[in-house]
Amino acid sequence: MQEFFDWLRTPGLTHFLIVSGMLFSFGVFAVLTRRNAIMVLMGIELILNAANINFIAFSRYSTGTLDGQVIAIFVIILAAAEAAIALAIVLNIYQNFNTVNVDELNRLRD
Amino acid sequence: MSHETLLTLSVVILLLPLLSFVILIFFNKRLPRQGDWLGTGILFVALTLSLVILFTKLTQYPNETIQGSFQWVNFGNVPGIGPLTLDLGIMVDNIAAIMLVVVMIVSSLVHLFSIGYMHGDVRYGRYFSYLGIFTFSMLGIVITNNFWMMYVFWELVGLSSYLLIGHWFEKKSASDAAKKAFIVNRVGDIGFFTGIMILYATFNTFSFDGIFGAIQSGTIPFGSETWLTAAGILIFMGAVGKSAQFPLHVWLPDAMEGPTPVSALIHAATMVAAGVYMVARTFAMMTGDALMFIAYIGAITAFISATIAIAQNDIKKVLAYSTVSQLGYMVMGLGVGAYSAGFFHLTTHAMFKAGLFLGSGSVIHAMHHALHHAGDHHTDPQDIRNMGGLKSKMPITFWTFIMFTLAISGVPFTSGFLSKDEILAGTLAYGSLTGHYLIPIIGFLVAGLTAFYMFRMVILTFFGEHKDHHRFEAIHESPTTMTIPLIVFAALSFFAFYSFNPFGAADGWFMSAIPRPESAVPATVAAAGIAEFNEALHHSHTTAMILSLLVAGTGILIAFATYYWKKISADKVATALAPVHTFLANKWYFDELYQATVVNGTDALAAAYRWFDEKIIDGVVNGAATVTKAVTLGTKQNWEEGNVGAIVYLVVAGVISIYAGWVTGNAIWPPETTVWLAAWYGLISLGVAGLSFFMFYVGVGGFDNRIVDGMVNLVAYVAGFFGLLTRKVQTGKIQTYLAWVLFGVMVFFLWFR
Repeated sequence: MQEFFDWLRTPGLTHFLIVSGMLFSFGVFAVLTRRNAIMVLMGIELILNAANINFIAFSRYSTGTLDGQVIAIFVIILAAAEAAIALAIVLNIYQNFNTVNVDELNRLRD
Repeated sequence: MSHETLLTLSVVILLLPLLSFVILIFFNKRLPRQGDWLGTGILFVALTLSLVILFTKLTQYPNETIQGSFQWVNFGNVPGIGPLTLDLGIMVDNIAAIMLVVVMIVSSLVHLFSIGYMHGDVRYGRYFSYLGIFTFSMLGIVITNNFWMMYVFWELVGLSSYLLIGHWFEKKSASDAAKKAFIVNRVGDIGFFTGIMILYATFNTFSFDGIFGAIQSGTIPFGSETWLTAAGILIFMGAVGKSAQFPLHVWLPDAMEGPTPVSALIHAATMVAAGVYMVARTFAMMTGDALMFIAYIGAITAFISATIAIAQNDIKKVLAYSTVSQLGYMVMGLGVGAYSAGFFHLTTHAMFKAGLFLGSGSVIHAMHHALHHAGDHHTDPQDIRNMGGLKSKMPITFWTFIMFTLAISGVPFTSGFLSKDEILAGTLAYGSLTGHYLIPIIGFLVAGLTAFYMFRMVILTFFGEHKDHHRFEAIHESPTTMTIPLIVFAALSFFAFYSFNPFGAADGWFMSAIPRPESAVPATVAAAGIAEFNEALHHSHTTAMILSLLVAGTGILIAFATYYWKKISADKVATALAPVHTFLANKWYFDELYQATVVNGTDALAAAYRWFDEKIIDGVVNGAATVTKAVTLGTKQNWEEGNVGAIVYLVVAGVISIYAGWVTGNAIWPPETTVWLAAWYGLISLGVAGLSFFMFYVGVGGFDNRIVDGMVNLVAYVAGFFGLLTRKVQTGKIQTYLAWVLFGVMVFFLWFR
């Protein structure tokens, strides 16, 4: 137990990876499980942020350059653009099908 | 002028009428006046050139033969025949040069005459083009130097004759006559072809010089003189067909259905003369027996047709039979050995017979006009009994016609007298040499008959009173385009062109230019030699002349007595000898005889072949269909329908299958291995039984419906089953798909590290 708290007090690469892994899982869970399309988008944001943490952690602890941070900034920008477009799509879906419940969007089924 | 120039000039003359044909056949409607001036002009140019050739040949190279040939097709070494080539060759000797001029004179004058005669005709331009191709074909026969080329042009001439006789093909009699001419010619041509083949098989060449040279040096077909005689007679068969000799003379009178200028060109002066020309060309290879055969055929022909001519009333039919008779004369002349006389008669006959036909054309033209004027469409304008007294209305036609009739009857101072006299002298010489006196007897008899019927025709047409005065007033002389040829021919029927001695032509330039060729045949089978013949001729000449004058005079006298002075009544004689008269008027019933034998025989043969085709060949085909149907129907339905044959077939098939199974079993496993054999037999029997059961109950198309379709349906079912299984994956929900994607990515990460 004590070793566990000691390990917790001195954060290293592993700690960040665990956090990003957990975030990623929560994000995947949200994408696969939630009924509301907006909640699915939130899950996607979580996944992207998890990837960001991963990049930055590796950048800080493996190379001394700022490559990971730069990539993270790109990802944030892309996430923003993607969120805008995704919301536009959801808006269109609502206008066409009058619902944002992904379970009901199964027209491609035969 | 060199040899090459002469040969080139002859080729030019050959091709000019072909040019006329080609231009006119394609463009005749677009040319002014449908191109008659073009055709006639080209022919006159060719005429001038042919006169140049004749003059040059007789003055510069009187005793040579100028030849040139080129290889057209080389078949290489044909298995079974050897090296085979087809050559096109030109041979210009004296008879060719003379014949060139004869053909060109007659053809160009006929062209000129046709401008007047065929005026307003429905196919005016096409007519002139056909005249062109005829002239081309005839010239080909004249200047060729080998049998193959002669045969080609021979057939072309036959074709042109067919086209021209059938010019008014809407009339059934005309198209029938055209077919008859071509087919009867073909019968003769079979003999001609067989003869050529015998010669080729022996000598491996088609050229005259090659063949005659080889015969001279001793090679004869199949080593026997009989074959040589046979070859000669078979080749003569071509002349029998083309020159309307007995028994193939039947087409010539029917050919009068064609326009009269065509009759003048083809059936008087040129095409029919082609046969005689061919005999003259191949004279050197004829044995004595072949020549005797030729002489007799000629004599018989002359006799038969002269007797028929006495009883004819159509002006063209009289002339047609007269032509057959005179052709018989020419052939007879060649047969007895009077070579130059026969060819001489060919030339003189061409001139006066063409003149006679054109003159009759002039008369028919005038009668047509007069009848049309009177609105009469029933009276025959060609029947001499409807004519009479035309001499005052058509003077030029009359006087030229008289000239031609004098020539054909053998009256002194005409060309016809000279040539006929020479032939008759020749027949007498032949009689004294061989004892065959029948030929000269027939010759003189026919001379008398000829004089009689020709003058009968002249008197009935031109003298006396015309029956219908109204019609008579409307008759007038023909236009200049029609009278000029008559005048030219009349001039050429005068003796002076051929010899300066009005009583004997043997020393004239003409007959000296065409001496009889030496026979190439072995001496044992040859006819009397030239010297021997001339000796006999010397003695018979005077007798022949006196007799011919007597006989001609008698004939003319009787004609005048019957028809002009009316001392003898023709009708009374006809009634007294009624059976003879009917026999003659019906042309000796030759047409009826051929109809009953040849035509009906061919029809019967065709019917037999048709029976075979319908019953036997179609029977086999239909039988195959029945068998197939039987198999597909199945036993039960066959039983119901009563197809006993089908059931028997199926049972037999079953038995055969079992037997086949037994045989194959024994072949594959030796008899000791009984277990395998038993198994095999069991399998086969089971198979046959199963199949029989199947075929009994399944019915129509059972195999197809159940087995073949069954397999297809099975495949479809299996595909459907698996499809249904796998279709659950497709839910349409995005999250499901995303889950699958994640799953796949995991697999990639963990498995393919």
